[in-house]
Amino acid sequence: MSVKVETPVTTELSDLSRDLIAVRDQRDRAAFGRLFDHFAPRLKSMLLRGGLTDGSAEDVVQDVMLAVWHKAAQFDPHRADAAGWIYGIARNRRIDMARRKPLSQPEEMPDLPSLDPDAGQVLALQQEASHLAAALARLAPEQADALRAAYFDDIPHSRISEITGLPLGTIKSRIRLGLDRLRHELRSIAP
Amino acid sequence: MTDIQHHISDELLDDYRAGALPHAFSVVVAAHLSLCDDCRARQEARDMIGGALLAGAETAQLGTDARARIMAALDTPAPAPAPRGSGVFPAPVMAELGGRPPRWRMLGGGIRQQILSADREGSLRLLYIPPGKAVPEHGHRGLELTLVLQGSFADSEGAFRRGDVETAHDDIDHQPIAGPGEPCICLAATDAPLRFHAMLPSLLQPIFRI
Repeated sequence: MSVKVETPVTTELSDLSRDLIAVRDQRDRAAFGRLFDHFAPRLKSMLLRGGLTDGSAEDVVQDVMLAVWHKAAQFDPHRADAAGWIYGIARNRRIDMARRKPLSQPEEMPDLPSLDPDAGQVLALQQEASHLAAALARLAPEQADALRAAYFDDIPHSRISEITGLPLGTIKSRIRLGLDRLRHELRSIAP
Repeated sequence: MTDIQHHISDELLDDYRAGALPHAFSVVVAAHLSLCDDCRARQEARDMIGGALLAGAETAQLGTDARARIMAALDTPAPAPAPRGSGVFPAPVMAELGGRPPRWRMLGGGIRQQILSADREGSLRLLYIPPGKAVPEHGHRGLELTLVLQGSFADSEGAFRRGDVETAHDDIDHQPIAGPGEPCICLAATDAPLRFHAMLPSLLQPIFRI
């Protein structure tokens, strides 16, 4: 593993991840406001796309962003970027609305995990995150569509098969090939 | 943590994430994610894909008071933190136990169980198997996930230790035997009642609920 360094790792982060760390470490309301301005309209469009009414989507956006504020202590830039971490909160919130019981959740990561950050790992992960959109754009359309359905719209494989009329095996192989291709693209884009 | 050999499949992980698994299976997946750093990273990588697509998503117009509402809400107290794991039981199992230690029922032969939930969608239970003891031979209709929390067991599919998950479909007729050393404690989820071959007449099945 790379050597741990004392210098702040925030220089390697996107503006959004830096804002999320400011929320986490300083309870910075201005930084939170910027996160809200960026993510709330996108979360709302994602929720509307998933079939929520305008009013429900507004309420879920409020819930998700309030959870971002309250759970910020768990944000770890070794493990996720701001967009991925916030997406995960939104995914859980959306799914719980549709279930009788809330979805069973893994043990939470310890709070303030990166007081001794490993700059190399943070850099690698954040670089990968910044290249993800470009890597996704290079996929064959049917693979990109399958990944979008599975990992953005959160539709189970069996339901994707019903919606598209394609056999389940085809959906599974498109997702698997899409993930393999994505890994390959990330390796070729990122140094 | 790094020596976990038996993981959950992509399909189960994706169904878990989409909220499509019955409750019993979702607890096993959440418990495995609590113990397995590799699978937690797989889960996070999928969220990063969602995040990249979220960052590139179109925007929808928010209500005029949305920003004022959220900023005013920041002073509300944070919700109570999720319960933590205790002993060999990770947080999602402790949540099923209601935060208390297991209350075992004896099944004979030193084997104990506690049923955590049972409904039409499936059942979830903890099993306690003394070293060297066999879990009574059973086949099942449907899917069974078994996560080891303490000790180990072995069957025709291999050896399973803490953090390992055995995924058994209805074509497997296996006979797990607890390994030496500590008693084996595992979390088992099924989507159908188990059929016992040897130890219990099938008539008793609903009573023992195994």
